[in-house]
Amino acid sequence: MIEIADLSLVDWSRAQFALTAMYHWIFVPLTLGITFIIAFMETLYVKTGKEEWKKITKFWMTLFGINFAIGVATGIILEFEFGTNWSNYSWFVGDIFGAPLAVEGILAFFMESTFIAIMFFGWKKVSKKMHLLATWLTAIGANLSALWILVANGWMQKPVGMVFNPETARNEMQNFWDVLFSPTAIDKWLHATSSGFVLAAIFVIGISAWYILKKREIILAKKSILVAAIFGLLSSVYLIWTGDDSARTIANEQPMKFAAIEGLYNGSEGAGLVAMGVFSSTETDPVNENYKDFNIKIEIPNFLSYMAFLDWNAFVPGVHDLINGNEKYGYMAASEKIERGKIAIQKLKEFKDARKSGNTEAAETMKTEIMSKDFQDNYFKYFGYGYIQNTDDLIPNIPLTFYSFHIMVALGFLFVILFILALLFVIKDSIANKRWFLRFAIISIPLAYVASQAGWIVAEVGRQPWVIQDLMPTMAAVTRINTGAVQTTFWLFAIIFTVLLIAELKIMFRQINIGPKH
Amino acid sequence: MFENLSHLVLQQYWWILIAILGALFVFLTFVQGGQTLIYSIGKTENEKTMLINTLGRKWEFTFTTLVTFGGAFFASFPLFYATSFGGAYWVWFAILIAFVLQAVSYEYRKKPANLLGTKTFEIFLVINGLLGTILVGTAVGTFFNGAQFSLNELNQVDWQTPFRGLEAVLTLHNVALGLTVFFLSRILGLLYFIFTIDNENIVARSKKSLLYNTFPFLVFFLWFVIQLILKEGFAVDPDTGEVFMEKFKYLHNVIQMPLNALILVVGVVGVLWGVISTLFMKSLKGFWFTGAGTVLVVFALFIIAGFNNTAFYPSAYDLQSSLTIQNASSSHFTLTAMSYVSLMIPFVLAYIVYFWRAMNKKKLDEKEITEESHLY
Ligand code: HDD
Ligand code: HEM
Ligand code: HEM
Repeated sequence: MIEIADLSLVDWSRAQFALTAMYHWIFVPLTLGITFIIAFMETLYVKTGKEEWKKITKFWMTLFGINFAIGVATGIILEFEFGTNWSNYSWFVGDIFGAPLAVEGILAFFMESTFIAIMFFGWKKVSKKMHLLATWLTAIGANLSALWILVANGWMQKPVGMVFNPETARNEMQNFWDVLFSPTAIDKWLHATSSGFVLAAIFVIGISAWYILKKREIILAKKSILVAAIFGLLSSVYLIWTGDDSARTIANEQPMKFAAIEGLYNGSEGAGLVAMGVFSSTETDPVNENYKDFNIKIEIPNFLSYMAFLDWNAFVPGVHDLINGNEKYGYMAASEKIERGKIAIQKLKEFKDARKSGNTEAAETMKTEIMSKDFQDNYFKYFGYGYIQNTDDLIPNIPLTFYSFHIMVALGFLFVILFILALLFVIKDSIANKRWFLRFAIISIPLAYVASQAGWIVAEVGRQPWVIQDLMPTMAAVTRINTGAVQTTFWLFAIIFTVLLIAELKIMFRQINIGPKH
Repeated sequence: MFENLSHLVLQQYWWILIAILGALFVFLTFVQGGQTLIYSIGKTENEKTMLINTLGRKWEFTFTTLVTFGGAFFASFPLFYATSFGGAYWVWFAILIAFVLQAVSYEYRKKPANLLGTKTFEIFLVINGLLGTILVGTAVGTFFNGAQFSLNELNQVDWQTPFRGLEAVLTLHNVALGLTVFFLSRILGLLYFIFTIDNENIVARSKKSLLYNTFPFLVFFLWFVIQLILKEGFAVDPDTGEVFMEKFKYLHNVIQMPLNALILVVGVVGVLWGVISTLFMKSLKGFWFTGAGTVLVVFALFIIAGFNNTAFYPSAYDLQSSLTIQNASSSHFTLTAMSYVSLMIPFVLAYIVYFWRAMNKKKLDEKEITEESHLY
């Protein structure tokens, strides 16, 4: 019924979404964190009355302004892309998915944009306390926008709080709180915002380190490092904690993504965690490139079972268990899910036909059947599988997911060390002599962005082929339009955003070079 | 409390909210209108900087209102979101790109090492002012003239022209609305300059330009309105949901909803009074009259488009695919939940108004732009 779209159309639409989302995410995490850092600094200014802190606050604010403008520019495209490129999706789930986006606009974006104007232009127009309040509200507003969009995304990863309505052929919301407080959504919010805190702290420390290396702005640099290192250390510990929590949620809700994260092909009890690994370049299974296995790996025994289920001996399913099924541990074969999905789709079609031909009685009977608990739990649950042609299509890109995850985690631990050292060295006031550390701090800035992007690759590539887990694959979600149109907009955005990014970087570097105004 | 309302009442409530957001957006396009005037009103660098800074402190409101308008439409009438954005692909992307360019231009225009040069960012602002207003107006014109799409049984959109929405410009009536919005935004922009800037030259030039922009505005506005009340419209049979063409449908809507007609008339008077009082009575506060008038007029037009059994997003290709506030809306549950959220709107408006006033207490003058540390 939902026509399967042309593959290249799906791929280009995905590429376009990925491009715009990844560009947006270059700017967003800095906003999430630096607004808080600025708020701490301004609080110190208001508390101590020292002009020095005001100068520091204003300097970081200037850099934030440059970043913010382009963050907003990339965001607007994303919002409308749900409609322009995923219109079938927008109808199928708009009843649930639209709500957080609207709340985000009403409650978060207005807050952010009102108070940001005061933060930048209100120094002489409102009282000191009022200004400080505006700065705090900007930070809170930014993080609230993150909440709502991540609730939307969390829902896609684990749909909850809704019921399918055969009359309208869409999912409808039944419980707002289930959607808002879904553990997947909350995990995502806590982890993604704290990753923004960490990134911003590294940004501040890295730039300050550069000043120290250049023997400039020493006071500003040291004070900034102090604030950022404390904030960064707390955030990074919290980040790892929430990341670990996210992993556990995935193990339960999205086992295929979990298998991909760990490169786990054959499930077992007491599964080991591959701490580091390299996939073979030749295909171990000649028929399918999805089945590449490791060439080299370092494994920590039983750790994966513990990480996933807090039980050293628990069974962790691998890709094969999920595709072929594993009766012993209760995993249904993918082919069976596909059959059930097809039955669900067929039933819906019969119902629609009955309605169309005016056969009300038959339609009502079918509706009752579709809405019955048995049908919902055993058939409708696999609705999206009905569109899948080949079971191998259910496997995401494993090497990409695996490497991204491991890079992110490794960097996460590295950053904890960075913050500890930074804190230690400023407190002992020896940081100016530690040139190796200052260089390390500068290099950490791009690494923080790498970790951050890698995280989203894990989240989004790892859930393929689903837009909405188990209910809607990407190919059923896409707008029917000719591929050329999507290619054109893809390149258009690629060019516009790249030019704007280069402009942003040049301005940013120049402002850093200029330093605070005296 | 909302859960006890009927689905229809909630749909109407949300259409009213959409109308308010749309109306506020058109009012706030004074930023876009002003952007198209930076060269003709600002002759010296300092004057131009004053214009750009007085607009720049407000651009985020327009932008955020557009974003929120999109989000609110998605939540309350998702079928419109899917149909119009997915269908009229090119129009919407042209509008969005114009806004992308705007978002960076204020911040980057004067910054050292800005890659493209000050002039380019100023041109981006002009482009945003032109496309942002004309295209949005033209797109809204399709609410009355219909668009070329059909929907299948699963409500998936099929667009019937390869131009994907751009064909709307071939209907002159749509373009008349586009140009009305464009000249209105310029009028608002000029009144905003007069209201916020303390500079004789700027005020004098703005007044002169106000006169020149009011004439085309009146021509296009009258053209749009007269053709609207004379044309046949897309009516819905409330019992069967069937869509059919009705002669003088929009005139009927005006007559059958007298309160809305009153809002429309008061709005038009407000728009004109703002202009007249500025031109002939030396008022500096015309902005508020024209602004409030704009909000009322646009609101009334949205009501005419969607209420009184009218299809608000009609398909000229396949009448029965037309969207109405009933067939395009979210479920009762979602509208209820969102209605609770909407209770926050007065609070949001209140803090915006409060801080807007605090920030605009003093007029912008040359002294301020030479002292200000954060300058666009
Ligand atoms: C500075 C960036 C950064 C760092 C150092 C880490 N993360 Fe992360 N991670 C993110 C930035 C990020 C992110 C970009 O914010 C993501 C993308 C989606 C999301 O919700 O957060 C993410 C996603 C993400 C996911 C996938 C969530 C999903 O699929 O829904 C998991 C399982 C983890 N992270 C786990 C970790 C662990 C165990 C870390 C331990 C050190 C870690 N992350 C460090
Ligand atoms: C800003 C951070 C984000 C980044 C960097 C990001 C990244 C990506 C990437 C890389 C893809 C392509 C996956 C693939 O095709 O293999 C993708 C797809 C997608 N993402 Fe995200 N994502 C982000 C946030 C979100 C959020 C918050 C949502 C929803 C609210 C979302 C919804 C989607 C959709 C609808 C697609 C297209 C369908 C698909 O390919 O699955 N993304 N994203
Ligand atoms: C893929 C889905 C996403 C969409 C549709 C989206 C939409 C938008 C829009 C429309 C704006 C401009 C708002 C304005 O007018 O001020 C924006 C900005 C912003 N968004 Fe997103 N966004 C997405 C992903 C995310 C994610 C994942 C986060 C955070 C975790 C986030 C956080 C922010 C923040 C903090 C801003 C403020 C501007 C900035 O500093 O970059 N967004 N977004």
